This record gives sequence, C-alpha cells and structure tokens, in this order.
Amino acid sequence: MREFPEAIRIKLGIYVEIFIEWLREDFSGFFDAIKSGILWFLMNVQDILLFIPWWLIIVGVVLLATKVRNVKSGVFYGFLIFLIGAFGLWEMMILTLAVVLTSVVISLLVGIPIGIVMAYSDRLEVIIKPLLDAMQTMPSFVYLIPAIMFFDLGTVPAVFATTIYSVPPVIRLTNLAIRRVPKEVLEAAKSFGSSPMQTLVKVELPQAMPTIMAGINQTTMMAMAMVVISSMIGAKGLGINVLTAINRIDIAMGFEAGVSIVILAIIIDRITQSAADKFKYPE
Amino acid sequence: MSIKLKAKNITKIFGKKPKKIIKKLDEGLSKDEILKETNHTVGVNNVSLEVKEGETFVIMGLSGSGKSTLIRCFNLLHEPTKGELYVDGENIVKYDKKKLREFRQKKMAMVFQHFGLFNHRSVLENVEYGLEIKKIDKNKRQDIAKETIKTVGLKGWENQMLHQLSGGMQQRVGLARALANDPDILLMDEPFSALDPLIRREMQLELIDLQAKLKKTIIFITHDVNEAFKLGDRVAVMKDGEVVQVGTPDDILSKPATKYIEDFVQDIDRSKVFQAKHIMNKPRDVAFIKNGLKVAVKEMKADGRSSIFVVDGNRIVKGIVTIDEAIEGIKENKTIKEVIDNDFNKANPEDYIQDLIYKAVKSKYPIAVTNEEGKLIGTILRSTVLSALA
Ligand SMILES: Nc1ncnc2c1ncn2[C@@H]1O[C@H](COP(=O)(O)OP(=O)(O)O)[C@@H](O)[C@H]1O
Ligand SMILES: [Mg+2]
Repeated sequence: MREFPEAIRIKLGIYVEIFIEWLREDFSGFFDAIKSGILWFLMNVQDILLFIPWWLIIVGVVLLATKVRNVKSGVFYGFLIFLIGAFGLWEMMILTLAVVLTSVVISLLVGIPIGIVMAYSDRLEVIIKPLLDAMQTMPSFVYLIPAIMFFDLGTVPAVFATTIYSVPPVIRLTNLAIRRVPKEVLEAAKSFGSSPMQTLVKVELPQAMPTIMAGINQTTMMAMAMVVISSMIGAKGLGINVLTAINRIDIAMGFEAGVSIVILAIIIDRITQSAADKFKYPE
Repeated sequence: MSIKLKAKNITKIFGKKPKKIIKKLDEGLSKDEILKETNHTVGVNNVSLEVKEGETFVIMGLSGSGKSTLIRCFNLLHEPTKGELYVDGENIVKYDKKKLREFRQKKMAMVFQHFGLFNHRSVLENVEYGLEIKKIDKNKRQDIAKETIKTVGLKGWENQMLHQLSGGMQQRVGLARALANDPDILLMDEPFSALDPLIRREMQLELIDLQAKLKKTIIFITHDVNEAFKLGDRVAVMKDGEVVQVGTPDDILSKPATKYIEDFVQDIDRSKVFQAKHIMNKPRDVAFIKNGLKVAVKEMKADGRSSIFVVDGNRIVKGIVTIDEAIEGIKENKTIKEVIDNDFNKANPEDYIQDLIYKAVKSKYPIAVTNEEGKLIGTILRSTVLSALA
C-alpha cells in the first residue's frame, strides 16, 4: 500500500479547461480585442525600430547614455550594441526589444493606475499586496500557462506573460510613492482648493515620480528576464536563439545570443536607473 | 469690527466611530478616559470662539493641546465631528465639495509648520500654485506671484529650487504662496517654530510689518507664549482640546483664568512682550519752557525728583534739566534754555522693553516716550525698565 490509490482521482483540470473554453467563447470579443490591440502595438514598435538605420540606433544609445550618465559610458554602450550587430543578431535584438518595450508600456498603462487606486484605498491595498507577493514568488514559467490558455501560442501570449510577470514592481512602487507624499504637502494642495484630479496630477504624481521611475526600471528588468522563457511560447528574438542553442547543444550560438541578452539587460538597466536618479529632488 | 469667523461648539474626535463618542463627552468623561475606554482621541473639545475681521488671533497651547486640529477644522482639512463654523456668516460645514473648493480658493490660505512646499517646483511655481488651481492664465499669475515674492523679500530667487533656500527663506515661500491668493483669512500653524530663534524673531517682526499693510484676518498658532503675546491682538489658550481663556495679552497676563494659564505665562520673557507704553508714567511732571526755571524746580521738589523734561507749548520735548543745574542756573540768572541738556534718550511707545535696556543703562536720565510728532506722552525711569524684567 505504498502507492496512492488509483481510485481517488479528482479531474479538476478538465473543469478548468471547460471553464476557460467557456470564457474564451462567451468573451471572444474581449479576448480578440486584447489580442489585436497588443499585436497592433507590438507590430508598430517593431516596424519603427526596424525602420531606423542601425547606426542611428547606436548614435541614439550613445547620446542617451551620455545625457543620463557620461560620455565614457555612452561610447562604451554604443560599442556593446555594435557588438550585438557584429554577432549577426541585430534583427533578433530588435525583435526582443519590441517585445520588452511593448510589455513595459502595457505594464505601466495598467500598473500605474492600479498603484494609484491602491494608494487611495487601504482596503484595496490589503487585497492586492498579498497577490503581488504571491506573483513575485511564483516561478516565471507559471505565467506561460494562463497566457497560452487565453491566447494559444505566438507573440501575443508571450507579451501577455511578460507583462503579468513584470507588472508588480511598478504597482508596488507607485502605491508606496503616493502614500509617502508628506502629509503637509498634501494638506497644502487641498487647502488651496485643488480638486482630487489636480492634487493627483500637480502634486502627488510629480512627488511620487522618482520612486515610480525606480519601479519602471525594475519592471523593465523583469521583462528582460522573461525574454528566453517567453520564447518558449512564441516570442521572436534572441530568446529563440538561446532555446535553439540549448536544443542543439550549440555552444557558439548559445554564447553569442546569451552575451547579447546580457548586454541589452545591462544597458537598459543603467540607462533607466540613471534616468530615475535624475528625477530625484534634492532635499 | 465685524466677526469674520465664528466657531460654535466645534468638536473633533479621531477614531473609527467618532460620532458615537460625542455622547461620552457630553456625559463629562475626560480625554484620557475616552482614550482608555474607547480608543478614540479627542482632538478638539467643544470650542466656541469668534475672530474679528483684520485682527491677529493667536491660539496658544502646549504640544498636543489640539491647536493644529482646530485650525484644520477652520478650512475643513479636518471635518468637525460636531459643531458649526461660520465665515462671513455662512456655515461652511454645510458646503458641498465644489463650494468648499471655491471657498478654499477664495477666502483662506494656510502656512504650515514644516512649510508643506512642493519640492518638484521652483520658488515661482510654488507661489503660483493657488492661482494655477483657480485657472488664472499663466502671464497674469506669474506677474502676481513675482510681486508677492518681492513682498516677502525673495526677489531674485524666483527660479531657484527649494533645496537651495534656507529654512527661513522656505517659509517666506510658504507665506508668499498663501498671500498670492489674496485670501481674507490667513491660517498659520506654528509657521516659525521650525526656524532658529534669530530668524524667528526677524520673521515675527516682518509679519507684524506686513500685517500693518495688508490688514488680513490672521489666525496664528504657536506654543511659544512670547510669540503669542508679541503678535496677537487677542490670544486663545488651549488645553486638552479645550479653549480655557480668550483675551488680549494684557487680560491674560493680568487676569489669568486658571492656575494652568498662570503657570503657562510664568516663563514668559516680559522684555519681549511689554512695550514702552505699558510701563511708562504719564508725564504729569513736565516743565514748560515759558514757565522758566523756578517753576521747574518747584515741580521737581514737589515730586521729589532729581530731573524733569522740558517741553514747549506743543508738548514737544526740548531737553531735560536736573535739579542741581536748575538751582545753579537760577543763581547765575540763566534762562531755562541755557541749562537744559539734550543728551537724553527717546523711545516710541511700541518699543519693546528689551530694546530699552541699553538706553536705560547708558543714560543717567529717564527715557522720554514720544509719539510721531515728538510730543512727550510718557516717561520711564531707569529703575522701571530694569524692574520690569523681573
Ligand atoms: N490624524 C490624527 N489621528 C489621530 N489622532 C490625532 C490626529 N491628529 C491629531 N491627533 C491627536 O489629537 C490631539 C491634538 O493634536 P494636535 O492638534 O496635533 O495638537 P497640537 O497641534 O496642539 O500639538 C493629540 O492628542 C493628537 O495625538
Ligand atoms: Mg501642531
């Protein structure tokens, strides 16, 4: 009697499947809208990035990094990006960037408003906080499941999974930042007869901006971390090369793609972090 | 003077179900008992008071006595748990959200203890804030803001960020931001408490000057008795959420309503509160030039004094003469003009005693208190100055 009795078998999976099927059919309009929205945005980002000549992108990176950091970093990052091109991975890099960028933009569009309402309502905070905690402890693979359940395979579920995985930091930090606006500052805004919207836009959000920027940096890095995993369900880009290299045990290919991802991650991190620092108001 | 703001039975209780606690207060339970029994804090307890148009009304009390809570009831940053609040005769507690916003935009502005400034905005943008909320167009509001910045002495700092300013200057920005809105009522919650003493004194004097020009209704909060008596036309003393006495500084000093207030005003620095007019003697004993030396000597002898101020027909002080020199002068047949001494000290009736100390110590004569036209309206003996300090 060491084995679990075969007679006990709860077929939960099938019910979930039926439920999801029902959702997808009855709300097919809703899912289609999301799907085409994501796709439309992604394709535009991708087309624009692919349209810009490669050297202009390098110049752009150099200038941006010079502005937020210094010339030395600018030139160095430019060289690193050039290296990715030299590995023959330019287009792959652009495809990866498009997925990351799309996911980050959606994360911000969804995350900042959630963070705001969460900051306004203690009750909502109590509900959402444990959810965010759970999301961050879950292995990133888990996010692939709902993504394919709702959107099958392809770039859309890849963006969907990446977005869900990377949204918690921006929600968390927006909430925190708005709650931390000094009481007197808020009272001052109200005492001049500001409407709730004016208070939010003219005082709370600008005050919260440095912290929200830190959240954007973290969210972007989380999205980068999903690059390889999301390739498993259809994201195009550098992740595919890594997966293929693993399958074929192709060290050369794996190395070049891996290094390219690391380069991209470092540059995005440094640039967004430095940009966030610029937002800090000196005491 | 008309009543600008009238508070009637204002009570503010903090906690989950404040309305329920009102009953307990009515039953006579104390703030401590209510906190222990129900975990509610009584911030303000049944306060009624009236603030007149154009006066500086000071609310003073120890930390935790409910001053901040009360002043926040006045612009409804705290909604009173009970009570009515009339501004220009209208009960503002009844206002809906829109009316309340309009009210705040037009009638009241507040200055905060820790300044409450927007550090993401420049000095100019901070001062503009209230006007921006009122949707006044950019050019006009910048003009007004610049003018106000000049009034508070910050001209040239318009485009700086706040961290480049000292504490005193930051509070000037706070004051300018409030004044730019041209409110009828200025609420000031311990505006100078976070500043060091020297700057604080300077700001107090400037506020007095400014108020002489602007004639706003000012509600000013402080825990510092000296500040209260220096600035306040009338002062309300708070304890445990209640107002225990309202009156002029003179009233409160001379007739403290309770032992608590007596103790409170004890550590007051009289030299900063009392002015020349409070301690001067009415000049019964003056010598008129036309009456000559003999009359002067007689006056001095009658009063047992060693010197006397000499005035002309308009009571303008011309000098002082001592009894010795007067007698000497009579012997030598001199006129009064030949023996009077001009080396005496004058003071304005509004001078604080602390500014008279030096004069009292330096001169051998009493101090002449004169009005703007130079008329003698009082004299202060040197010993009076020094004994007033005790
Ligand atoms: N938001 C609040 N929640 C709960 N209790 C408060 C709150 N604000 C003030 N209190 C309490 O109300 C009382 C009066 O506080 P306050 O008005 O700040 O006093 P003061 O300004 O005279 O120092 C204190 O006991 C304080 O703890
Ligand atoms: Mg206070």
